[in-house]
Formats: sequence, C-alpha cells, structure tokens
Amino acid sequence: MTERGAAAAVETVFRIESARIIAGVTRIVRDVGIAEEIAQDALVAALEQWPRSGVPDRPGAWLMTTAKHRAVDLVRRRETYARKLAEVGRSLEDVPPPEPADADDIDDDLLRLVFTACHPVLSAEARIALTLRLIGGLTTAEIARAFLVPEPTVAQRIVRAKRTIATARVPFEVPYGADRAARLSSVLEVIYLIFNEGYAATAGDDLLRPALCEDALRLARVLAGLAPDEPEVHGLAALLEFQASRLAARTGPDGEPVLLADQNRARWDRLLIRRGVAALGRAGSGPYAVQAAIAGCHATAARYEDTDWTRIAALYGRLAVLTPSPVVELNRAVAVSMAEGPEAGLALVDRLAQAPALRGYHLLPSVRGDLLERLGRPAEARAEFERAAALAGNARERALLLDRAARLTPPQP
Amino acid sequence: MPRFMTLIRIDEKAAADFESDPGFEQRMGALFEEITKAGVMLETNGLKPTAEGTRLSWQGGKVSLTDGPFTETREVVGGYAIMQCKDMAEAQEWTRRFLSTHPESWEVGAEIRQIDEMPTPPGN
Repeated sequence: MTERGAAAAVETVFRIESARIIAGVTRIVRDVGIAEEIAQDALVAALEQWPRSGVPDRPGAWLMTTAKHRAVDLVRRRETYARKLAEVGRSLEDVPPPEPADADDIDDDLLRLVFTACHPVLSAEARIALTLRLIGGLTTAEIARAFLVPEPTVAQRIVRAKRTIATARVPFEVPYGADRAARLSSVLEVIYLIFNEGYAATAGDDLLRPALCEDALRLARVLAGLAPDEPEVHGLAALLEFQASRLAARTGPDGEPVLLADQNRARWDRLLIRRGVAALGRAGSGPYAVQAAIAGCHATAARYEDTDWTRIAALYGRLAVLTPSPVVELNRAVAVSMAEGPEAGLALVDRLAQAPALRGYHLLPSVRGDLLERLGRPAEARAEFERAAALAGNARERALLLDRAARLTPPQP
Repeated sequence: MPRFMTLIRIDEKAAADFESDPGFEQRMGALFEEITKAGVMLETNGLKPTAEGTRLSWQGGKVSLTDGPFTETREVVGGYAIMQCKDMAEAQEWTRRFLSTHPESWEVGAEIRQIDEMPTPPGN
C-alpha cells in the first residue's frame, strides 16, 4: 500500500468511527470540544503508525482505545491541564477505565452525544451545525457550502456551540423522565430541518444541498438504531424515506417543479418506499408517524388516480388534533376536496380565510382558486390565482399561477 | 451520498466443505448490526444456490432459458448488499470488515459496484 493509500484508508476508518470516538471520550472528559481534539490526536497517531505497521484488524477499536487512553491521561495530569480541567471539573475518582467498551456502551455514549448536540440551550442553527459535524461527520466546509454561508461563520458557530454547552454545564446524558419527550423532539426537529434544507434547496446545481437529504436520512437511520423503542424516531425515519423516494421525480428536465399528480412514478425509489413502509410499521401514532402515513399513502399508490384520499383526509384530521395549524387544515381541505368533492373542501378553506398565520401565504388563494375552478366558477377562480401569483415568492410558481389565471380569461369578442 | 452494491462471490463447490467456526454467526450478526446502526446498510440478502437458479439470454432475436446447476460454479454470486456511503473508500472499509469476519479457511470474494442513480436535475 502506498503512503498516500494508507493515509486515505486511515482517514476513511476515522470518518466511520469519529462520532463514536468523540462520544466515548466525552464520557471521560465531559467536554465535547476537548473530546474532538483528542479524537483528532488519535487520528494523527494512526496516520503515523498504520502505514508502518499495517491497518489493525479492528481499526475502530484501536482508535477508540488510543483516544480513551489519551483522555484518561489528560484527566490524570490535571495539574498540567489545570485550565482545561477547570472547564472539565472532574476528579480522578470519576475516571472510568479505558477498557474496550462493548457495543451497547458505545451506542449509549453516541446517543448521549446526539442529545448533547441537539440540546435546547443551543439555537437551531447551532444544533444543526454541531449535529452534522459531530454525528454526521461533515467537514466545516461541507456544512458551509450546503447552507450557503461562509466557512468561518460555520466554524465560529460550532466553536460557540461547544462553549455554550460547557458554560451551561449540559450533562452528558440521555434524558429520562419528564423532559425526555421534549428533548427527543428537539433531536427529531434538527434532523427534520436538515432534510428540509436539502429538500427545498433552490440553489442551482450545487449538489451538496440535496445531499443534505441523504445526510439527514442517515442521521434518522442512526437514531432509529440507537433509540429503537421510540416510535416517533421510526415515524421520522419513515417520513424521510418516503420523501426521499420521490427526489428524482420532483423536477423536470429544466429544473421546473413537477407536481405530485404529474410525477413519473416509475422514477420513485422502490427500495426507499419499502424501507419507509417497514419503519412505519414501528412508528406508533405521533405527529411524525401520521405525516409518514400520509406520505406512505402517496408512495404506495401505483397511479395518482389510485390515491386513497379518504384515508389521507382522515390522517390530516388526526394531525390537526395532534399539531393544530392553519397549514395542516389547508392540506386537510385539499384532501377532503379530493375525497368528497370541491364543495366540501371549499367550506373548510373559507373557514381559514381569516387565519392570521395564512395572511400572505400564497397557497391559500391558490388552493381556493383550484376549488373554484373545479366548481365551475372561473371568474372567481381567476381572481384567486392572480392574488396567489402576487403573493408567491418564487418566480417559477408565480409563472405557473399567472398561466392558470390566463387560461380562465374569457375570450375577448 | 452514492449507493453501492456489493456482490459476494463464492465457489459453490468449495463452499460445501467450508467448516464454520464457533462464534462465526455471532460475529457476523454483530457486524451487520453495526453496519445497520451506522445508517449505511439499506438492504442485504443471501441467495439460494445456482442449482435452484435459471439463466435467460437474448441472442439472435430469441430468448433461451437454462436451468441450474450451471457448469461453472466458481465465482457465483452468493449474496448482495446495498449500502449508502460517502464514497467508494467507505464502501471498501465496510466490505473489508465483512470479509474479515469469515473463518480463515474460507475463500470469499466481493465486488463493489456503484449504483448508477438516475441523475436528479438541478433546481428545486
């Protein structure tokens, strides 16, 4: 193996293992920032030794043991490291031995790291950056490109996040008891936001943005492995598997958005749909599970005409109880209009007309226009499409709405 | 993140004489759990012997069909895995670990091929 080949092999192993190493070391030094430095030290040691001695049989265990020994040394030499230890604030008696941990311990540490990176003491931006960095293994440069911000901004964000965690003395633990649900929902939200950032990416041909969907999906799969007894984790995983299954079909040849009704379902990814169905089977009945069930209804309909709108309308009804919002209600109105006819949908939409949250939301007049058109009221429908076009923030959508309005204009005598 | 299909190749004749060592099943189970928990493994299965397989070919405008077992049994696909990895190097590392889990006396091959995804057009 060439010198460079060996170095590349070391770095690959490190990338696979780094989240678990950082997690294992954090349990000893109780500081995510220091843990990350120690993990890097273990990488440097491997880069020095492996090209000479060959890659060990269990490279992950080698890196973990090396890093943990360094962590224990650090804690033991606390006179030398007084400054850092002031931040760490632990005594010698607390230091666990750096024995090779069994798989369950490693998983437990990793789950603690996930909860730490997604701690509510951090802003959403900081949680996202720290989670992608520590758990997702993305470089600062990759995160910066994906979120269209300068690299130093992301680097700063991560440094500050680690400092905030240390200052707030966030315990390195998996929450049990009263705040577990809230803490878990914070973790799920971070993954969901990362996925949506990629899903809604409008930035031309930078593939790193859609790649965020895959990073989020991987995080959801990892979390499902770490917390298999949490139904909502499977709910989120199912939702993202279903959403990702349609990625290739969502845009046309010129990058224009293709509506669900018009998508070529042969381009939907069957493997991801199958995985979504499997995850949905373990997902319970929380908000993510219900959203996943809706996505699953679409994903398992062979043709648009086969869509089970009655079931989708019922699921939106359940979602409206779990997480009431005008946007959910608007979606429910669309589903009801497909299941029971435009009249029933319009009755629901008209109840929403005054919702302050929807003021300026272009989809409200857009949906209303669609229902009025189906009811054979073209003049009113046209006015709604024009109103929606004026509110739409996206040029492609505006063009689409103006086109629909134009098609409803009566021919001039 | 690209996806890779790893094709596991075995010599069916030789494989009939492979002795399993104690703990092999458990080691392999632990590894598969690890690959799954890393969010990497999307799907994996072993395949029934080629004796139960069929080959179809299209030649000269005709489909012909041959039932197994086939004359050459070396290097037949005995299983497959679909993994989503950052790059080929990561797929290689997981595959290396998979092969290293087998007993020393066995001979197993693996071929990693990147899945040719339908390109997603740019834009939203």
